[in-house]
Amino acid sequence: MSAGEVVILALLGGVLGLDTVSFPQAMLSRPIVGGTLAGALVGNPLPGLLVGAALELFAVETLPFGASRYPEWGSASVIGGVLASSGLSVEAGRLCTAVLATLMMAWLGGWSMVQLRRLNARLARRRHDAVARGGRRTVLGLQMAGLTADLTRGIALTAAGLIVFVPLQAATLQSWVGGVELSRAVVAGTAGAVSLGAAYKLFHAVPGFGWQFLLGLAAGLAVVSVL
Amino acid sequence: MNERPPPTLPLSTRAAIFLRLLAVQGAFNYETLVGNGIGFCVEPALRRLPGGREGEAYRTALARQSQYFNTHPYLAGVAVGALARAELEGESPDRIERFRTALCGPLGALGDRLVWATFLPLCSFAALVVFGAGGSPLATVLSFLGLYNTGHIGLRVWGLQAGWRNGLAVAQSLGNPVLQLAAPQLGRVAAVLAGCALPLALYRVMGAERDLFVGTGVGVITGAILLVSLHGRMEGWKLSMIVLAGFALYSVIR
Repeated sequence: MSAGEVVILALLGGVLGLDTVSFPQAMLSRPIVGGTLAGALVGNPLPGLLVGAALELFAVETLPFGASRYPEWGSASVIGGVLASSGLSVEAGRLCTAVLATLMMAWLGGWSMVQLRRLNARLARRRHDAVARGGRRTVLGLQMAGLTADLTRGIALTAAGLIVFVPLQAATLQSWVGGVELSRAVVAGTAGAVSLGAAYKLFHAVPGFGWQFLLGLAAGLAVVSVL
Repeated sequence: MNERPPPTLPLSTRAAIFLRLLAVQGAFNYETLVGNGIGFCVEPALRRLPGGREGEAYRTALARQSQYFNTHPYLAGVAVGALARAELEGESPDRIERFRTALCGPLGALGDRLVWATFLPLCSFAALVVFGAGGSPLATVLSFLGLYNTGHIGLRVWGLQAGWRNGLAVAQSLGNPVLQLAAPQLGRVAAVLAGCALPLALYRVMGAERDLFVGTGVGVITGAILLVSLHGRMEGWKLSMIVLAGFALYSVIR
């Protein structure tokens, strides 16, 4: 991967990381979007979509409630999309390693957002008196500082993730023993379990949840049977 | 409802407020939460106070609006619209402070329930249905972003308008039956979509592999029961990270 490609992908990661909380929260940062966009940028959107969809099943469990700590999927999805899309053919372990690296980066991204919020708090405390005097420049400056720091955070995180995980994945896949089918089934099984658990936790209080879910399941299985 | 007609607010000022609302959480922190963001969003309207940007009224109002505040980001417009009108109509500072305090809880609770816990998962499952049914990358991404942002932008526009129209009486708008009934109704749709999305998405992620599909399904149900029985003591995605790392290690060293 060339330095130019890393720069372009890091910028995408920065924009998607910014979308997670700061601007504009249009859910460009969801894995199904971020993974696909990253795949498209490296010229192979379909594997990007595949890893994005697998990650979306995990992401349903982690919703961005207020000040709680949650994984940052925006910049992490770019790593996943690139790792899934870089190979020339379907290889055993590629999807699994792409998902694993993305989960690790999403965890790291969540930690970095906590640090960013602490930094924003320190800046706000330092400028408290100016804000209390109604200083326009201070209020606007704090907002711009937070947005810039968040963008920088996403860019740095994505660049670091690409530099670490692209060669690591290549080395891992060279030693990988086992078929494509099993490796994909393990990813699908874990993602599906997390998603099903999340759906139950979110909607079990909805009247008739069981019947509605089973109705959808029957429809889904019927479509699978004819695919 | 506020009986007085609202003061005039030019379209350019409304547009500036709306654009800023998209960045309301830009300086989010654990002390003032979105307080600075509310001041940042209200600021274009405050320029219309007597004396303009250099006036004492402007500075006092901006200082008041930049203090601690908590809200769901998509419903911040409700607060910003109402607070902008209250400031321009010269409401007493005490009344504005009480209003700010009273509004935090309802806006956060409504937004969390309606958007994060219902509409966002609904859109995720809808996109997974499109993906599982063989949708192209473009079709899948556009269906997700189109559906989600129709609701997202619509809610933000409604919020700003409702806040400005009703001023300090905006709480009545939050009791609107459409808003109150939306979450359970959307929850029903999301439950159907979740049921439909799971087999479809898993089948495609597995590469249309029928031999392992039933076994994987059993694993999914067993894993989900385990996760639900943990009662939030450990999140599923973190547990999955351990499982996948173990599987990767096994596949490399065996």
